[in-house]
Amino acid sequence: MMAGIIFACSIVLLLQFFVSYCRSLIAVSSKQVLSPEVKDVTGIQRTASGDDFKRVMQLLQLCPERPEDRNGVQAIGAYFSLLGFLRATVARMAPSMRAWAESERGHCAYFAAVALERRISFSRDMLARQMDS
Amino acid sequence: MLGPVDYLLWFLTALLELSVVVCALGRHSFRRYLALNIYMLGSLVVTILRYWIFSRYGFASTEYLYFYYYSEALLTVGLYFALITLYSFVLSELQPGQSIRLAAIVLLAGTAFFSYLVIQQSTDRMLTRFVVELSQNLYFVGLVLTYLLWGAILKLRETRTQLIQLVLSLGVYFSAFAATYALRNLYPGLHLVSGHLPQLIALSLPLAWAYAIWRVPEEERLAPSRLVVVPR
Repeated sequence: MMAGIIFACSIVLLLQFFVSYCRSLIAVSSKQVLSPEVKDVTGIQRTASGDDFKRVMQLLQLCPERPEDRNGVQAIGAYFSLLGFLRATVARMAPSMRAWAESERGHCAYFAAVALERRISFSRDMLARQMDS
Repeated sequence: MLGPVDYLLWFLTALLELSVVVCALGRHSFRRYLALNIYMLGSLVVTILRYWIFSRYGFASTEYLYFYYYSEALLTVGLYFALITLYSFVLSELQPGQSIRLAAIVLLAGTAFFSYLVIQQSTDRMLTRFVVELSQNLYFVGLVLTYLLWGAILKLRETRTQLIQLVLSLGVYFSAFAATYALRNLYPGLHLVSGHLPQLIALSLPLAWAYAIWRVPEEERLAPSRLVVVPR
């Protein structure tokens, strides 16, 4: 009985903490402006939409991974899947929820584009260092 | 019998625990987050000792089992102290030094008393069942404390991004472990909760802390009300 209550409370709070953590990661990246080059590559001009996410993630996987970004990218990937699940289930019945989930998916895509920007500059730095040596 | 994935996760855990301390030293945050760093160093020592006991006595030995669960319980209590320092950061403007110290003493005494009650009631139970229940309760107490801290952050409009991320990742860690142990208590034979899942959850905390300390600048600010699903 006690274990059941603890399990239910923990799952609810886990979701709450996880969503807030992901939104804190997104909030930090949303302040960064994308370079014209990344805007061209990703097709994101001002605001990103949820449909951009998969494409940006594919581009992200083409670049060498930065160890310090791995945690954030994976967490946002899981958050995006959670939003996709919400959109396909609960949000069908609540239009406001659908709009919220769509806007959040767009923020996830923007986060991925910022991560892509970082990886591109990281790759350039690596290349420059190799050329120097 | 452990496979290559287990060894890899074991090695990664030690590496990430060390990386938190290295990141804190690199960003000159070691003293600021002293309790968090001491906790990570303690975790690193425990991870190494676990490996030593495992290689000496084997994975299924009573020695390893005792050491694993009791070191975990001690580390969880250690994490409460790290959490207390996060409280002092959030409540620093209220000048609650005395109250926080008192709360820390009450918390420690309460945890000791609670553990004593659990041990007293468990004399007729199997060791594994008892330790799973104890861990579940300790993690749940940690979760409640973290949730109270998160409430204080929202109420006091704490804006330090780094601090917010440290607290939220701690919340994810405590809640994931509390849920895992509760599930294990409900279904002792369930392989999912005794396989790689606890190791992966254990990895998440040093990973998130290292990320927050290394990547998020100390002066970075955000409105915490933006982070909750239901706007305040």
